[in-house]
Amino acid sequence: MDELLRNYLPLVIFLGLAIALGLVFIVAAAVLAVRNPDPEKNSAYECGFNAFDDARMKFDVRFYLVAILFIIFDLEIAFLFPWAVAFKDVGLIGFWSMMVFLAVLTIGFAYEWKKGALEWE
Amino acid sequence: MSVADFAFYAFGFIILVSGLMTVASKNPVHSVLWLIATFLGATGLFVLLGAEFLAMLLMIVYVGAVAVLFLFVVMMLDVDFATLKGGLAEYLPIGLLIGVILLMELGMIFGVWQFADGAEAARAAITPNIGEIHNTAALGQIIFDDYILIFQLSGLILLVAMIGAIVLTMRHRPNIKRQNVVAQMHRDPAKAMELKDIKPGQGL
Repeated sequence: MDELLRNYLPLVIFLGLAIALGLVFIVAAAVLAVRNPDPEKNSAYECGFNAFDDARMKFDVRFYLVAILFIIFDLEIAFLFPWAVAFKDVGLIGFWSMMVFLAVLTIGFAYEWKKGALEWE
Repeated sequence: MSVADFAFYAFGFIILVSGLMTVASKNPVHSVLWLIATFLGATGLFVLLGAEFLAMLLMIVYVGAVAVLFLFVVMMLDVDFATLKGGLAEYLPIGLLIGVILLMELGMIFGVWQFADGAEAARAAITPNIGEIHNTAALGQIIFDDYILIFQLSGLILLVAMIGAIVLTMRHRPNIKRQNVVAQMHRDPAKAMELKDIKPGQGL
């Protein structure tokens, strides 16, 4: 168990470094930067014009379609990982069960390709 | 307190705080971001248990894909954030009910795992020793063989999800010029342009 956790030590160091660096940037910007704002600098004209309306607008539903197709193939790949790792042990049944699984999803893939779900417009 | 214990409490703290913030955030987009932090904490807990495959799966599928989908859904709904702020008291009873049900289920799992008849055997039977075989390989050995029916059913569920998403959300707009790759590649420069010899002063 400790052996397993020791493998993750570089990851912890890397994560610590990343967090520390991010904090340093934020804190340094707050402490070191020169700031003397005046109303003219802060007004919208400096960077364009006042906003027309809320920046949060409705997304097109097609983004959702792309995302859900991505998740489905993500899961398909997730099943491939243990199959590949245990490939020598799964035997003939394991091999063909994965082939059937892939065939079923390939039917879906052919369907979505034919329907044009992969094309944007 | 060993390093593993410390990491467990750290990840547990992260999960609790981010879970609380997921519920408490006023902005739904912030809620989703806190949910991602919760997933990351759960990933750490899986690693501590030695379930590395599940940890990485949580990272790839939940953090990488499901959370993004949640973000899309949140941004796709035309929510007015001012009106969202009310309604806490309205949803509190049903939220508490669901929370109590989940707590009872967790208690039942704990009881079956710890105190029930044959709990000893159940604990010994499932997990192979981490030192002997890697977690991913141990899963691979049983998923595709012993649990072949469930595995194939999950494939069918994925197929249904794929077709369902396409049927529900595909809207083709008519009168749109699409790129036709084959036609493009078979385009002949000689036929694409015509040269006409025009005499001066005559026009076409």
